[in-house]
Amino acid sequence: MPAVSKGDGMRGLAVFISDIRNCKSKEAEIKRINKELANIRSKFKGDKALDGYSKKKYVCKLLFIFLLGHDIDFGHMEAVNLLSSNKYTEKQIGYLFISVLVNSNSELIRLINNAIKNDLASRNPTFMCLALHCIANVGSREMGEAFAADIPRILVAGDSMDSVKQSAALCLLRLYKASPDLVPMGEWTARVVHLLNDQHMGVVTAAVSLITCLCKKNPDDFKTCISLAVSRLSRIVSSASTDLQDYTYYFVPAPWLSVKLLRLLQCYPPPEDAAVKGRLVECLETVLNKAQEPPKSKKVQHSNAKNAILFETISLIIHYDSEPNLLVRACNQLGQFLQHRETNLRYLALESMCTLASSEFSHEAVKTHIDTVINALKTERDVSVRQRAADLLYAMCDRSNAKQIVSEMLRYLETADYAIREEIVLKVAILAEKYAVDYSWYVDTILNLIRIAGDYVSEEVWYRVLQIVTNRDDVQGYAAKTVFEALQAPACHENMVKVGGYILGEFGNLIAGDPRSSPPVQFSLLHSKFHLCSVATRALLLSTYIKFINLFPETKATIQGVLRAGSQLRNADVELQQRAVEYLTLSSVASTDVLATVLEEMPPFPERESSILAKLKRKKGPGAASALDDGRRDASSNDINGGVEPTPSTVSTPSPSADLLGLRAAPPPAAPQAPAGAGNLLVDVSSDGPVAQPGLGPTPEEAFLSELEPPAPESPMALLADPAPAADPGPEDFGSPIPEADELLNKFVCKNNGVLFENQLLQIGVKSEFRQNLGRMYLFYGNKTSVQFQSFTPTVVHPGDLQTHILLAWPSPLAPGLPSWDEMDPGRDPSSALLPESLSVPATLTVFVLDHIIEHRGHSVQFADEAEGGQRPLSHARYGGAPQSLTLKLPVTINKFFQPTEMAAQDFFQRWKQLSLPQQEAQKIFKATHPMDAEVTKAKLLGFGSALLDNVDPNPENFVGAGIIQTKALQVGCLLRLEPNAQAQMYRLTLRTSKEPVSRHLCELLAQQF
Amino acid sequence: MQVALAHKPKMHSFLEWRDLKVVYKRYANLYFCCTIEGQDNELMTLELIHRYVELLDKSFGNVCELDIIFNFEKGYFILDEFLMGGDIKKSVLRATEQADLLQEEDESPCSVLEEMGLA
Repeated sequence: MPAVSKGDGMRGLAVFISDIRNCKSKEAEIKRINKELANIRSKFKGDKALDGYSKKKYVCKLLFIFLLGHDIDFGHMEAVNLLSSNKYTEKQIGYLFISVLVNSNSELIRLINNAIKNDLASRNPTFMCLALHCIANVGSREMGEAFAADIPRILVAGDSMDSVKQSAALCLLRLYKASPDLVPMGEWTARVVHLLNDQHMGVVTAAVSLITCLCKKNPDDFKTCISLAVSRLSRIVSSASTDLQDYTYYFVPAPWLSVKLLRLLQCYPPPEDAAVKGRLVECLETVLNKAQEPPKSKKVQHSNAKNAILFETISLIIHYDSEPNLLVRACNQLGQFLQHRETNLRYLALESMCTLASSEFSHEAVKTHIDTVINALKTERDVSVRQRAADLLYAMCDRSNAKQIVSEMLRYLETADYAIREEIVLKVAILAEKYAVDYSWYVDTILNLIRIAGDYVSEEVWYRVLQIVTNRDDVQGYAAKTVFEALQAPACHENMVKVGGYILGEFGNLIAGDPRSSPPVQFSLLHSKFHLCSVATRALLLSTYIKFINLFPETKATIQGVLRAGSQLRNADVELQQRAVEYLTLSSVASTDVLATVLEEMPPFPERESSILAKLKRKKGPGAASALDDGRRDASSNDINGGVEPTPSTVSTPSPSADLLGLRAAPPPAAPQAPAGAGNLLVDVSSDGPVAQPGLGPTPEEAFLSELEPPAPESPMALLADPAPAADPGPEDFGSPIPEADELLNKFVCKNNGVLFENQLLQIGVKSEFRQNLGRMYLFYGNKTSVQFQSFTPTVVHPGDLQTHILLAWPSPLAPGLPSWDEMDPGRDPSSALLPESLSVPATLTVFVLDHIIEHRGHSVQFADEAEGGQRPLSHARYGGAPQSLTLKLPVTINKFFQPTEMAAQDFFQRWKQLSLPQQEAQKIFKATHPMDAEVTKAKLLGFGSALLDNVDPNPENFVGAGIIQTKALQVGCLLRLEPNAQAQMYRLTLRTSKEPVSRHLCELLAQQF
Repeated sequence: MQVALAHKPKMHSFLEWRDLKVVYKRYANLYFCCTIEGQDNELMTLELIHRYVELLDKSFGNVCELDIIFNFEKGYFILDEFLMGGDIKKSVLRATEQADLLQEEDESPCSVLEEMGLA
C-alpha cells in the first residue's frame, strides 16, 4: 500500500489516485476519470449542500485530474466558495485551485478578488500570506490593478508580522516584474530601503530582491541602499559559521542573502564614500580568503553555497573593474576552478573568466591559463563546457597568441559538435583577420576553414576574404597560388570553388607565368568543377570566364566554345542564360581595349564593419555583442559604411548593367560612325534596373542609334545665348549649357522639386526622388505660348567620360515603340512631335549612380524645341519659324544619393578621428550670402541629405551631420560640420569622407548654399 | 527535459535554453528543474532545489516520489511556503504547520535522500 497520509488526509483522494495508478491502459484511465467527473458533477449539483471537507476533497480531485492533462470545465465556483472558509486547509486548497486553474479573464475574478481582499484585511497573518501567495502566483494584470496599491501599505505597516512583510515584499516584486506601471512609487520606497536593517533575516532577504529590481529603474531613489547593503554584507561575511543559526546553510552563513546583496551592489558603481568602499573591499577580500580555507564540510551543499558567494563576489569585482589587485586574485581563483573536478565549477569558471578577459587589468592574467583552456576544449565531455572554452579562447586572443589559438580552434573544428560549428567558423575568421600580421596566414586560415567545415562557412566569411584580398595588393599573388592548389583536391567544397573562381578571375594572371598554372590549366581546373555546382556558383564562374578572356586572350576560343554550348545559351535558368548570352556577345563584339575597361580589376572595397563580426553579433544577441566588441579591439572598422552586406552580384562580378555600360563607353566597332555621344541616348537594357527591358537581338538602343544618323543641319538660331552649338550642331556636340545653368542647378542642391527653367516660351519643372543609388526624375514641359511647338525634342547627353560614372535611362519619347508622345499626337512621325500650347507633358528619367566620382556638374541636358518640322539636328528648335534650342543641366548632384545616418556623439567622434588623413578632409571658409538663420540652415542641411546630429558638437551653434552616399559600386560614409560665425557673417564648412573627390565635391556644393 | 535526462551524472547541471538557463538536479528517479535568467546564480539555484527536497523530506519523512504523487497538493504548499514569485522566501528548515500534522509511516520502495547519502 502506498503512503497515504492520515490526519486530515483525504482518503477518497488517495483511493482515486491509486485507482488511476493501477489502470492498465490509457482507455481505462480515461474511463476511471470520466466516472469520477460524473460523480463529482452530481455531488456539486445535488440538492444536499456539501460540507467543507467534501468540497475540498472534490476540488482536490479535480485539480489532480487537471494535472494529469485533462480539461476541467466546472468546479470553479466551489473552489471560490472554499476561499471564504474559515478552515485553513480548505482555504488553502481553494487558493491552490485558483492559482493553478483560474485564468485571469475568468468571470469569477471579481469574486476571487473579493475573497482575497477580505483575507488581506483579516489581520490573520496566515490568511494574509495565503492571499498574497495567490496574487503572486497568478500575477496577472488584473490582480495588479486590484491590489498593487494595497501591498506597499502592508509591506511598510508597523504592525505587520515578519512573515507577512516578507510575503508582501515578494508579492510586490512579482507584480512589479509583470506590470511595472501598476506599482505606484511613493514615500514607501524610502521605507523599503530601511528594511535592509530589519532584524528578521527573512524580511531582509525579501527586501533585497525587491530593491534590486526597483533600483534598476530609479537608481537614485534607492542610492542609500548601498551603504546599508555593505554593512549588512560585512556583518554576514565576518560572522562565524554558526552565528546566524537558522540562516546558516551547511556551515555557510546566509548564502542566499549574501548572493543577493552582492547582486544588488552590481546595480551601482563602486561606492563613493571611502569608508564604505574600504569596508566593501575588505568583505570581498575576506570572501576570496575564505575560498582558500579548508572546507568545513565535505558535503557538496557546503561547497556550492560557498562558491556561489565566491562567484557572485567575482562578478562584482569584474563589474567594478577598478581594483587591479582584486581582479588578478579573482583570475587566479578562477584558474584553480578550471582544473576542479566538479564540472559545474569548471563551466562557471570558464564563463566568468570570459568577462574577466576583457578587463585591461586582468587580461594578461587570464592569458596565463591558455593551456588549461585549450585542454578543456579538447577533453571536456559536455558540449556547453567546450563552447565556453571556445568563447574564452576567443576573448583572450590577442596578437601574441592569435596563431596558437586559431590553430587550436581549427583543430577543434574538425571534431566540433555541429551545433557550434558555424560560430567557431565565424570566430576563427574574425580572429584571423583581426590579428593577421601577414595576410598569407590569413588566407591560409580561411581556406582551411572552408576545407574543414565548408558547409558552415557562411557567405559573410567568404565575401570577407575576397574583400580583403581585393584590397591588399601584397597578398593577391599568394592567394591566387594557394587557392589554385586548394582547387586541385579531388573533392573540394563549393565555397572553395566560389573563392577560387573569384580570385583567379581577378588575379589569375599573377600565377599564369608558372607552366603548372598556365591559363588553360586554370581554366580547365575551374571548369572541371562547373557542372557539380549550384546556379549561383556557376553564374560566378561564367563571370570568371569572361574575365579570363580579358586576362588571357589565348583562352578566348575555348571559353567562347563553352559559352556557346547549348547548355549555357539555352539554360533553363534565366540568370545563367543571360550571362552566357551577354558574355558571349561582349567577347565577340568588344575590342580588346573595351574588354580591358569593362573587365578591369575590381576596385578596392570600402572599409566597413566586418560583415562576419556583424553576423556573430546577430547570432549571439545584443548581450554577447558587447562582450565581443570590448574596448581592446582595434578600432579599424568603420561602421558608417557597415551594416549593409554586399550582395553577391556586387561582390562577385560586375553586374550585367555595368557590363553593358562598358559596352556603351566605346561604340562597338561594327558601327564606327556612330557618334560617341549618341551612345548615351540609351534605353537601358540591363536586367536589374527599375525600367529595365531585357533586350536580346537588336536593342531599342541600336534602333535609336540608327535613327540618329545625322544629316547636315540647316543653320538654326539658338534660342538662348549660346551660339556655339548652333554654329556647330553636330550630334556629338549638343551645346554647352546656358550660362545660368549652374545657378539654376544650385537651387536644387537642397531640394528635389521645383522649376528648373522658365522663359517666355517654355517652363520646365522637375520632380525627383532618390533612393540608394537610384533616382527617378520627372520633367514637366509646359508650353507657355498659345501655339504648338513643333518637333519638340528633349534629349539627354553626357559630356566627357561621365557615362562611366552615371547611367541615365531615358524612356525616350523618341524611342520607337514608346507611346507617350505618340499618344498625344497619334499617327504622327515621332520626329515631328508637337508640344501643344498651354500644356504640360511629363517625361520620366531614371538615374543610376555607379561610382562615387561623379562630377555631376559637367553633366548636361538638352531640350530641343523645334518648330517647323523635321529638321533633324536635335539641338535646335524653331519658334515663329526659328528653331530654338536650350541646354540645361539636370539637377543630379552627388548629395542626392545621401542616406542620412543617425549616430551617437561618441560614434561620431570616433569616425571623425578615423577619417583624419588630409586628403579625406575638405574645408571651406566663406561669407554668408543669405541671412544666417539657424532654422533655414537646418532645413538646408536636411535637404542636402545628411542626418543632423544633435548634442554632438559642444558648441550648440554648430551643425553636425552624417550620411552615406550610395552608389552602385560602393558606399561612402560622409561626416560634415558647419560652424556659423554670426559676428563675422562667415561659415566654416568641413567635410570628411573616405574618398577624396567626394569630400571636395560635397564641400563645394554645400558651400554655395548659405 | 530530454537533454537533462540524457545527461550523465558526471556532467554539469546547467543547460542553456534560449536566453535562459535550466538548472537541474537528480534525486534517485526524480529530476528537479529550475529555469533561471542569465544573471541568477547557478550554484545557489542548485542549493535551492536541495533545500526544497530537504523540506519535502522533513515533511514526509524519507520522501519518495509516491509521497509527492499522493500528496501533490502538499508538494505545492511546501513550495509556496518556500518560494514566492520565483524568489526564495524561507530558507529556514521549518516544516509547515500542516505538514507537521502529518507523520506518515513510510514503506516506500526507495528513500531518495538516503540514497544520496543525505538522510
